[in-house]
Amino acid sequence: MSGRLKSGGAIDRDEVLRFHFDDREYFGHPGDTLASALLANGVRLMGRSFKYHRPRGLLAAGAEEPNALVRLRSGRAAEPNLRATMVELYDGLVAESQNRWPTLRFDVGEVNSLFAPLFPAGFYYKTFMWPASAWKHYEWAIRRFAGLGRAPEPGDPDVYEHRHAHCDVLVIGGGPAGLAAARRATRAGARVILVDEGAAFGGSLRGNGQAIDDAPGLDWVADVVADIEAAADAVALPRTTAIGYHDHNYVTLLERVGDHLPRPESGQPRRRLWKVRARRVVLATGAIERPMVLADNDRPGVMLASAVQSYLNRQAVKVGERVAITTNNDSAYDVAVQLKAAGVAVPALIDLREEVAPALAERLAAQGIELLLARAVVQVHGKYGVKGVDVMRLAPDGERVSGEVRRLDCDALAMSGGWNPTVHLFSQSGGRLAFDETLGAFLPGTGGQPAAVVGAAAGRFDLAACLADGDAAGLAALEAAGITRKGRMPQGPAAEASTAGTPPRNLWQVPTGPGKAATAKRFVDLQNDVTASDLALAAREGYRSIEHVKRYTTTGMGTDQGKTSNVNALGIVAGTLGQEISAVGTTTFRPPYTPATFGAIAGRHTGLNLDPIRRTPMQAWHEAHGAVFEPVGQWLRPRYYPRAGEDMAAAVNREVKATRTSLGLLDATTLGKIDIQGQDAAEFLNRIYTNGWKRLGVGRCRYGLMLHEDGMVFDDGVTARLGENHFHMTTTSGNAGAVLSWLESWLQTEWPELRVYCNSVTEQSAVAGVSGPNARLLMESLGGDLDFSPEAFPFMTWQDGTLAGLPARVFRVSFTGELSYEINVAASLGTALWETLMRAGAAWDITPFGTEAMHVLRAEVGFIIVGQETDGTVTPIDLGLEAMVSGAKDFIGKRSLARADTARGNRRQLVGLLPEDPYLVVPEGAQIVERAGMAPPVPMIGHVTSSYFSPNLGQAFAMALVEGGGARHGETVQVCWDGRSAPAKLCPPKFLDPDGSRARA
Amino acid sequence: MLLITCPWCGVREEHEFACGGEAHIVRPLDSHTLDDAEWADYVFMRRNPKGVQYERWVHNDGCRRWFNMARHTVSHEILAIYKVGEPKPEFEG
Repeated sequence: MSGRLKSGGAIDRDEVLRFHFDDREYFGHPGDTLASALLANGVRLMGRSFKYHRPRGLLAAGAEEPNALVRLRSGRAAEPNLRATMVELYDGLVAESQNRWPTLRFDVGEVNSLFAPLFPAGFYYKTFMWPASAWKHYEWAIRRFAGLGRAPEPGDPDVYEHRHAHCDVLVIGGGPAGLAAARRATRAGARVILVDEGAAFGGSLRGNGQAIDDAPGLDWVADVVADIEAAADAVALPRTTAIGYHDHNYVTLLERVGDHLPRPESGQPRRRLWKVRARRVVLATGAIERPMVLADNDRPGVMLASAVQSYLNRQAVKVGERVAITTNNDSAYDVAVQLKAAGVAVPALIDLREEVAPALAERLAAQGIELLLARAVVQVHGKYGVKGVDVMRLAPDGERVSGEVRRLDCDALAMSGGWNPTVHLFSQSGGRLAFDETLGAFLPGTGGQPAAVVGAAAGRFDLAACLADGDAAGLAALEAAGITRKGRMPQGPAAEASTAGTPPRNLWQVPTGPGKAATAKRFVDLQNDVTASDLALAAREGYRSIEHVKRYTTTGMGTDQGKTSNVNALGIVAGTLGQEISAVGTTTFRPPYTPATFGAIAGRHTGLNLDPIRRTPMQAWHEAHGAVFEPVGQWLRPRYYPRAGEDMAAAVNREVKATRTSLGLLDATTLGKIDIQGQDAAEFLNRIYTNGWKRLGVGRCRYGLMLHEDGMVFDDGVTARLGENHFHMTTTSGNAGAVLSWLESWLQTEWPELRVYCNSVTEQSAVAGVSGPNARLLMESLGGDLDFSPEAFPFMTWQDGTLAGLPARVFRVSFTGELSYEINVAASLGTALWETLMRAGAAWDITPFGTEAMHVLRAEVGFIIVGQETDGTVTPIDLGLEAMVSGAKDFIGKRSLARADTARGNRRQLVGLLPEDPYLVVPEGAQIVERAGMAPPVPMIGHVTSSYFSPNLGQAFAMALVEGGGARHGETVQVCWDGRSAPAKLCPPKFLDPDGSRARA
Repeated sequence: MLLITCPWCGVREEHEFACGGEAHIVRPLDSHTLDDAEWADYVFMRRNPKGVQYERWVHNDGCRRWFNMARHTVSHEILAIYKVGEPKPEFEG
């Protein structure tokens, strides 16, 4: 039975915190984690395993915990997959276990254990993929019973934020080595950021009680942290994990600002993502203990020895009454002694090694703890908690166990399979790892970025060495960052050097014992339920690359990314393949080091802060008049203006009809506008557009097509010549930014000799498009100094003047195919212009129309929309716009039009499409085939690009891109979508007014 | 994330910039004399070296100026940043 000791630990026994786990109430103290508080309450069952739903308890006390994943809070604030070891206790905390139903103790999914033979390595690939038709049934069941936590409901009520920072020295890890480095750098006046993922600084000193400078280690820790907090340019951040180490010493830190509180303080985020540029980084990330791979090593109560020690010293929690210990190295001996001193029985310390330093053996003997050398635990007894372990003699070659099976009664097993330096960040920084045969671990090797790896992260576990290491790294960082030292430098901290130890005995799996132990599961990856035999099976099935073994068996995946399992897995795979571990190599370490929520990654970049909405000056009028809006790029544009009782089709038909027969009004403000000036402006446009621009007269407008260098249409629009060296270019609404960047790139990089200057003027003007046979009458009625007669103001010209008292620039251009004027006024006058036009236009029943009617109107006369009729694979020739392509000059994309593939005759070409059913509006994007009833595979010869009902034609019509379509007018094809199909006839893509006389009227 | 020294604005974060691909590709003036393969070489073909890459960048969220960069594609070390029109610095590898 686990429980709380009467004294000791860094907890505040005077304050009691209430919390809930799976509907039961418990009590803990400040200083507890959820994990330690549950242990103190005697709770050891904290989760169910991923595949087999085996009962699981804590393995660790820190970030590496694979088992005890919980869901915190509820509803929209809920958060799954939190490690109970990293959740600080607060009053009112509510947590629940995961991957179990209906309860943790009685979990229906445990039946999976009975079907364990169905879940070998690669079970997804082998068992359930055949027959394919059955997969969809299996998958539902498997996903329900195998998995991690559920996603929270949408709408996180918390805020998150980002912070950018620069520093001279970033120290990652606040253990002895990191603190020594931070102290040195801070005292020299460097800008220092020190981070530690724990709630307090001290690292291993918090759990092991070692002394520094002849005083308790934690006193020294407090001194150093106080120094940093007092320094002007240094900051110490607890609860902050360095999650990513990127190029150019760019490190992301995840600070848990409000997670340890019932709710974040007012004005504070739940978490803060720091983006730090450091001149030097000191990686003092410590080391993670390895479990031992032995039979039923996943039972609640089987824990890392360092975790047992940490719970004992930090929170005064004993993990059991009788704790057996098994180890392959010296570090567990301290744990045995400290347990005993705390009144916990230690039936034996079982060491794989043949011999250890006499001093160690004597320490145990002095405490009356039995030492069993050259022995191994071959079996753990107990299902919901350890009830005992079986111990046998280990052969010198490590391949077999033999002799008498000795059962030890215990209710917990502390194990130490060696230590893995936490090299994740070093590896992310581009550094190469080197396998150390003695330690049986990967150490930082060469490469990487301007950083130093110190202490246990570099494989130096002795406290004195860690302190010296950190102190030296602090000095070196100062030098590298070019900091001149100020004042007298203090001595480095000192600790008693430990006596020379015995190297660990690296055995990647304990040999199987007899009887039940021979078939029991020996887990390597607890989170993903991967056993030693799964790995051996994968190797036998031919997987050689460790990256493939990882994906096939899922070892090292999940929220813990194999922090406790990867090296054991490598060792087992290498052993099966008969290779050295260094030859097998590691899988890639990728950010984040520990899971980061999307909330923290997004920060404030959500909703409108991520994707703002652009509105025209006339937006308020549109809203007041019931417009339905649609997004066009970032713009919000009126799509149609329904009247009472109208649906979209009725409203659009009315708007289209009114514009063709009398007068329509469109908010065209969103059109991209680029002001182009300079003595070479005409020459520049000549190179950018497919047609000629040099002879365009001042006062005139021209339609232009832009191609990319591959010959494909990129944008189009009408550009006006305002002066000899001055043009006003318009672009499609969604493409204005891209066109400006395109123009700039050519001017700056290819043709810097051209004297041309481009500026975006899109938002300077509001634009109202007046369109319809009565447009001229309206313009003339407004009063002003412009003559709108066809002779004085012909099609494709522009004029400046005053209109109803408003200074305006009027372009006589047309996108509807009707007589049209686009009136540009200063943006601040947009509403005044619009309301003036609505008042004056009442005589002709002026009808505001939206983008939907605009699309129908332009399609009726065969005008394309870039991005609708084109998709980056369409040339001007494909669109039937040969007349737009100049033969006399070069322009961007010209040569590509003569490439064999671009010039072939059977490319998809723009055609009109009239469905045989005159009321059938075929969906845009529908595929086109030759005819109905063809045997598969049926070649697709085209697709529908635009499709509408035309109230003017009285029938549905469409545009499409069809192979060789230009020469096939009159033929019938079959349009297919969603299991339906319908015949339609190809025709020229002009349905009304083919000679364009209405716009020229 | 690179730390890039814009020739006009100074040291800025990578996210303010956009990469425009390989630099020093000159647009042929006599395109009509090129065969399809030669033209395709200009339009489509780009080097993808493991080592020093010369590439174009634009300070999109800053001065909007284009410049050139010599960057090592493995270490991401920026070996040189130079203005358009300035000679290409030579680096080993």
